[in-house]
Amino acid sequence: MNEASGSKKMLSLICLIGGVVLLIWSLALDFMGTKAGYRGALLVIGIIGIIVGMYLLPTLKYHRTLIYVIFLFPLLFAFVVTVIIPLFLGLFYSFTNWNGIRYTEFVGLANYTRMFKQPSFLWSILLTTLFVVFNMILVNLVAFLLALLCTSKLKGMGFFRASYFLPNLIGGIVLGYIWQFIFSNVVTQIFKGMKYSMLADTKTAFIAIIIVYVWQYAGYIMLIYITGLNTVPGDVLEAANIDGANAMQTLFQIKIPMIAPTITICTFLTLTSAFKQFDVNLSLTNGTGSLMFMGEFLTNGTQMLALNIYNTAVVENEYAFGQAKAFLFFVILACVSIAQVRISNSKEVEL
Amino acid sequence: MHRKEPTSRVVIKFVIAIIIAIYVLFPFALVVINSCKQTADITANPIGLNGVSIGQLMRNLSDVINNSNFLFWQAFGYSVLITILSLVLLALFGSMTAWVICRNKTKWATLIYFTFIASMIIPFQVVMLPLISTFRDVGKFIGIPMLQSVPGIVFAYLGFGGAMTVFILTGFIKGIPYDLEEAASIDGCRPEQVFFKVIFPLLTPVITTVTILNGMWIWNDYLLPSMMLGQNGKVKTLPVAVQAFVGSYVKQWNLILTAALLAIIPMVVLFLFAQKQIMEGMIEGAVKG
Repeated sequence: MNEASGSKKMLSLICLIGGVVLLIWSLALDFMGTKAGYRGALLVIGIIGIIVGMYLLPTLKYHRTLIYVIFLFPLLFAFVVTVIIPLFLGLFYSFTNWNGIRYTEFVGLANYTRMFKQPSFLWSILLTTLFVVFNMILVNLVAFLLALLCTSKLKGMGFFRASYFLPNLIGGIVLGYIWQFIFSNVVTQIFKGMKYSMLADTKTAFIAIIIVYVWQYAGYIMLIYITGLNTVPGDVLEAANIDGANAMQTLFQIKIPMIAPTITICTFLTLTSAFKQFDVNLSLTNGTGSLMFMGEFLTNGTQMLALNIYNTAVVENEYAFGQAKAFLFFVILACVSIAQVRISNSKEVEL
Repeated sequence: MHRKEPTSRVVIKFVIAIIIAIYVLFPFALVVINSCKQTADITANPIGLNGVSIGQLMRNLSDVINNSNFLFWQAFGYSVLITILSLVLLALFGSMTAWVICRNKTKWATLIYFTFIASMIIPFQVVMLPLISTFRDVGKFIGIPMLQSVPGIVFAYLGFGGAMTVFILTGFIKGIPYDLEEAASIDGCRPEQVFFKVIFPLLTPVITTVTILNGMWIWNDYLLPSMMLGQNGKVKTLPVAVQAFVGSYVKQWNLILTAALLAIIPMVVLFLFAQKQIMEGMIEGAVKG
């Protein structure tokens, strides 16, 4: 027993010391500026050595704490490197003239004031707002009607549910190209009166994006409404039935009030996802479309906010400016979604 | 006692349901039909069946699969590898983190938990630009490239998927009685044994939910891989490959739709086998998230 714990202690110390040595060695190599490819491997082995050493350390008292630290480390490390650090770096860069690699001067609020003078950006905000409003209403309405259809006793219900949900499985990029084909080749073929594709004109292209979005998203929201409708207790509906309530009364006075929490979830989901819409926007129209706005001729008639940010940074190479826009985007999204949840919650209490 | 619905209404509902189903499935049918045609036949009549032949489908398929911008098998392989690695690591590390957050009642654990929840509202656009520069620097520093590499993108998915995974898992673990763990401790289990032998096996249903949600997101994600892997890199996921391919073939609809078909098939096949689990997982994720 003693011998076993003694050898374990040895092993643990070897791992710990070896790990630290490897770690320092690889970092030293780095600071000396060698391009040796094995320094990454040394670093990883070093970290694993330290973790194994910590795990084998024969302290009964701190073992639990050590396990907690080891368990938290991997995910928390990834989270800090990919979300927290870039978030604060990004906030800092938005006040500089950062070009994606380095920055040379601090420009204060210049990026933020500049974007409010740019008509194409203001148009994107307006367009995104319109898109979000239309989608919230349309997706929820369509999804709710589909859910009502799918919860009434219907033959082949499983098939209908699955097929309405199917578009949600496919990524926005692929869907966007399929619908680009449909709008530019098939729709003009079916409706012979149409001379041009819907995508050629800014207004109809905007409608086209909404059509694709409702087509893709309504099936998913429908599933959530179905779950909500199934929680309405059968005896309540039966009581209403006996009291002589007709279908409309049952719907508006029993079903809708009882699924208020589901409505909150669905409006939240449609709101945030419509706001962040990028893939379909990129592949369906790529944001093109001409219009006059604020006395200027714009060519980004169907460009939503997310795509505008992407193009500003990646295509036009204005990283700091794009980053500032992204922060405004974040602030708007946070405010709108918090407001939505607040309003919905207060409504739920009233009912 | 339910009033029996008149037959006419049942029939009307059924017809409406079928019409909607046709509308929803129509684009998929178009993809299949037109993948079997030549461009000329598509522009002449995109809906009809003239010019449809299996031979043409095979020609389109071989054109697309071997295209140097698409390289279907390579992109498919990378997509599978990246998705599976991310899902396994997210499930493992996510449940470890969630367990610690549930069982450790210090202010640190609470702080970590609320940081995760608060971060769920951050849109990817806010962090993507500094993320690339951070990853470039980190990659240079440790000597393992983090951009245009599989480990780098898996690491990024761990970071971005972590919050929601931990959130859903924590909700589930809170419901597991603590007595169970105490009993195991008294029987001589060390904390890590308690987790792997007692808690982890109990998590199967919620890990299925989390894996489906993350899997749908990672498999279809475009923006993150396109930023991190680039359009011209060696490592490409399917959505990035489709985008690169379509960008290089303007209006060659037979090839574009064949590429779309190839991108759709894996997901549809998976859906046919795990329809119930996928739909339930998506609902649970939405209701809890």
